[in-house]
Amino acid sequence: MLPDKYGKFDGFGGKFVPETLMVALQELEREYKKALKSTKFKQELGELLEVYAGRPTPLYFARNLSKQTGGCRIYLKREDLLHTGAHKINNTLGQVLLAVKMGKSRIIAETGAGQHGVATATAAAMFGLPCDVYMGIEDIGRQALNVFKMKLLGARVIPVYSGSKTLKDATNEAIRDWVTNVRTTHYIIGSVVGPHPYPAMVRDFQTVIGKETKKQILKYEGRLPDYMVACVGGGSNSIGFFHEFFKSKVKFIGVEAGGLGLASGKHGAALCKGKPGILHGSKSYLLQDKNGQVTVAHSISAGLDYPGVGPEHSYYKETGRAQYVAVTDKESLEGFKMLSEIEGIIPALEPSHAIYYAVKKLAPKLKKNKIIAICLSGRGDKDIDIIKGLS
Amino acid sequence: MNRLDRKFNELKQKRKKAFVAFIMAGDPSLGTTKKLILELEKSGADIIELGVPFSDPLADGPTIQRSSERALKHKVNIDSVSNLVRNVRSETDVPIVFLTYYNLIYHYGLDKFVKKATSSGVDGVIIPDLPPEESKDLQRIARKNKFSLIHLAAPTSSRERLRKISDASTGFIYYVSLTGTTGARNKLPKEISGSLRRLKRVTKKPVCVGFGISTPNQVRSISKSADGVIVGSAIIKVIERNIGKKDLVKKVGRFVQCLALDRPVQG
Repeated sequence: MLPDKYGKFDGFGGKFVPETLMVALQELEREYKKALKSTKFKQELGELLEVYAGRPTPLYFARNLSKQTGGCRIYLKREDLLHTGAHKINNTLGQVLLAVKMGKSRIIAETGAGQHGVATATAAAMFGLPCDVYMGIEDIGRQALNVFKMKLLGARVIPVYSGSKTLKDATNEAIRDWVTNVRTTHYIIGSVVGPHPYPAMVRDFQTVIGKETKKQILKYEGRLPDYMVACVGGGSNSIGFFHEFFKSKVKFIGVEAGGLGLASGKHGAALCKGKPGILHGSKSYLLQDKNGQVTVAHSISAGLDYPGVGPEHSYYKETGRAQYVAVTDKESLEGFKMLSEIEGIIPALEPSHAIYYAVKKLAPKLKKNKIIAICLSGRGDKDIDIIKGLS
Repeated sequence: MNRLDRKFNELKQKRKKAFVAFIMAGDPSLGTTKKLILELEKSGADIIELGVPFSDPLADGPTIQRSSERALKHKVNIDSVSNLVRNVRSETDVPIVFLTYYNLIYHYGLDKFVKKATSSGVDGVIIPDLPPEESKDLQRIARKNKFSLIHLAAPTSSRERLRKISDASTGFIYYVSLTGTTGARNKLPKEISGSLRRLKRVTKKPVCVGFGISTPNQVRSISKSADGVIVGSAIIKVIERNIGKKDLVKKVGRFVQCLALDRPVQG
């Protein structure tokens, strides 16, 4: 099972970090492996996920949506119903619990849309740990609600003014903080990115999504879905959704941020348009210019506005295990409106990309007996101001 | 033996310590960088560390981040900085090593990079985000081309890791004085000399200390227990303050003189 002992997914991943962090990564890997095997840890986390976060989340058969697309059966995995409004809490509860076991007295995180920041601040508040969240000044502007929430939860939101002033630079700044305070601080990365063991660890904390989906779909349909569709920024909801089905024949489709269109150069589609490179501690597909300088991503959804992607997705791409496509800002808004109007569910802009692709591009080509499962990774409250601004 | 090894041998014979000066290529312009290299050598720098700017310098503090941003505005890249070194080689034999992040080298191609650098007169490279576990391919290519690959050691490195770092390094070992990013500090950790002794027990290779060093006193005191000291952000600050002024190069020279010269001879 990947990653190998070097943290590589067939060449992707690894540990490309300053030496100062190597010992901390080794410690984290040790503790996380111990936790994976510990019944007590699993019990504690399982209980938190159930009574605090609200798991299991429903797998909802979207009857209206299915009817409208001509009959193939569409299911939504309702991660939007979780505490704090997205799948991010699955990971932050797991990591805060680990941090406590490692005796760390402070938590830091980076955030783009603010969902991971809120989920981290929430878990830190519950465990009584101080929490600093790095956030690009651009994102602070467009995600004011989440900034306010983090503050309410007792976290400090530290604005980042360098570079693109978004998630990429917030991550740089969080790593710089970690290098400085590595002895006392645990850094909670919000996606399946970063140096080993983060991509594997965050995946393992997110596989609960896929594990539940499997049980639920078997119960409702007596078989696995034909297609699973999820949005991909860093790629944690999608890996968490897909991983349990890795050995099955289910077709995986990862939907990246097409921004203003792939031809415009203004997008966040690292897998569709990038090349392998090294950013934030791992080797993976990366948006970069002809000299290897990392380029600025663009997406209407702050959560997909990232020039890199998790290394396991690069592995899925290279081996053909998953197919990666892109949906533009405009199309994602269409997905957003459609789900709100037809199903009475207001999705976040990130999974709106997956919804658009599944409903408009995939379903019309399929026969009636096919099943599509979409990961609805978060709810749309945080995006209401953006939508209001557009209309 | 390349210029770097020769320099350390020569300093050892003279019982002197190396002063390594860092500047960012292209800050404020490649033309000025050339003048600065010559001025730094004249002012007492034994080795020049030349930054090739990267968009995401995650081991660097605000001073070098700003310097990278200024340099990137001129679209400085591996080719243009290598060509600059080739150009300056007609005037100086001072050892020059690159400092850059791994993506630029990976993107350029490891083999092509080492060939381009060596043929341009660059003596080695320091890559802050490339630990020995990930540098095996580059180690092989570098050895074949007598190009030094300098790894970093940190206060948090275990004895086992220090050994690994020493085995992987050629030229010298870069000891990071503190847990943190680059940038001038008023105070440096007290345990540096103890940590250096720990490192010296596992290696015979030269050890230079960097991060945070900015005053003549700090240079003097660290020189006692290391083979060299590296100063970066403090020099960049002088450059930053004098951008657009005619005597920028001279001012940087004078500052480096204060740091580099009149260091006591050590055994």
